[in-house]
Amino acid sequence: MMYLRQILTIAGKDLRSEIRTKEALNSSVAFSVVILILFSFAFDQAEGFEAFLGGLLWLAYSFAGALVLNRSFARELQNDCLDALISSPAPPSAVFLGKALANYGLLLVVELLSLGVFAVLYDVRLSGKLPLLLLVSLLATWGMTVIGTTFSALTVNLTMRELMLPVLIYPLLIPVLMSAMVLTTGMLTDVPIATNMVWLRVLVAFDIVFTGLAVVFIDDVLVG
Amino acid sequence: MTPALLVEGVYKYFGDFPALRNVSFQVAPGSVVALLGRNGAGKTTLLRILAGLSNPSEGSVKVHGVAARNAETRRKIGVLGHSISVYDELSAHENLTMFGTLYGLPDASKRADAMLERVGLGRVRDGLAREFSRGMRQRLAIGRAFLHEPELLLLDEPFTSLDDKAIAVLQGMLQEMRDRGRTIVMSTHQIREAMELSTHVTFIQRGQVAYDGERQSEMLHDTGWLYRTYGEQ
Repeated sequence: MMYLRQILTIAGKDLRSEIRTKEALNSSVAFSVVILILFSFAFDQAEGFEAFLGGLLWLAYSFAGALVLNRSFARELQNDCLDALISSPAPPSAVFLGKALANYGLLLVVELLSLGVFAVLYDVRLSGKLPLLLLVSLLATWGMTVIGTTFSALTVNLTMRELMLPVLIYPLLIPVLMSAMVLTTGMLTDVPIATNMVWLRVLVAFDIVFTGLAVVFIDDVLVG
Repeated sequence: MTPALLVEGVYKYFGDFPALRNVSFQVAPGSVVALLGRNGAGKTTLLRILAGLSNPSEGSVKVHGVAARNAETRRKIGVLGHSISVYDELSAHENLTMFGTLYGLPDASKRADAMLERVGLGRVRDGLAREFSRGMRQRLAIGRAFLHEPELLLLDEPFTSLDDKAIAVLQGMLQEMRDRGRTIVMSTHQIREAMELSTHVTFIQRGQVAYDGERQSEMLHDTGWLYRTYGEQ
């Protein structure tokens, strides 16, 4: 119970800070929308274009997501707040999960707003597809969140962390992004989900394995 | 009696550089220790290890017989470092309530209010920390460090750049803690203030303990005595 309260306290603190500054949200949503607009100019929306839709959407999500994830532990640098968190009785895994939960919420908001723009620009009809799209988004976004939050902690003291974080996380996110792209494209082109079940399993397995690894090793990451 | 703090054979390397070398000492419950040494001697590195913010390369640190990184141990430690470690985007009350919740304090909100009154910030409880003056932010940081009534206080140059009001608040709270038998370890360059408050002195010289013992009367009357007697010239 105490553990859960500590997680929620840290998540609440991060969300409250972000709602007041809107530093990550504004830049992330704007970036995502700009990418989607540029893609819409760059690609000819001819027949067969649907095959690229999932890829376009998840590229926009992942680029914009890096901006949110970069801020996660960087937010603690101001006034050396990370020291106060680490010296508190909250286990490092609670600090990690609290921050991951806040990032998860912020990424989902960015994705939701971007999805509306995506649907308009690419003339995508989402009716009837939303529940499955929501499931894929929840699973893939958690995978992005876990990797991004872990590497945000790892790179927090680097001077070039804004550059280092994307360089480090994108190779690791390949399984998540591939799964999400295939599943989303399948959904938008009316391919039965049973055909792509293996990708859904990849997402679930990725989330479980990397959440477990992050929770176990975060103490070594945070305490040098 | 179990020492409040037991440091045994602590080494800390940054690359090949040994910041701390075979540091061993113990602190009895209720002691006030002035941790002294020149800039770069290793005081902050040692305090970070004592606070569980950094792991020693070798050796061990125990607080009341338990490892420093243990969650129950961290509940007993209060840390006031160089920085204020409060969130600019949260109000004074939100800051203290958040830390109170992390420390598992019952009724963290009421405890936060009481502490804000104690450090003279009760009237601005809902003001954001970033809107505070430097002195007010420092008092908020003092409130954060003392909020959970720690059994062991670790202070890293606590008087540096405090305004007069913050100094008065901190001195009052330190004396209160000392009178209640709490243990205090404090690194400082303000030797006169430290000597008045301390019962023991640990002097670090190039990462090694050069003196560890009770405060001598010479130290009280001649602030340079310790450095002349035990320090390398």
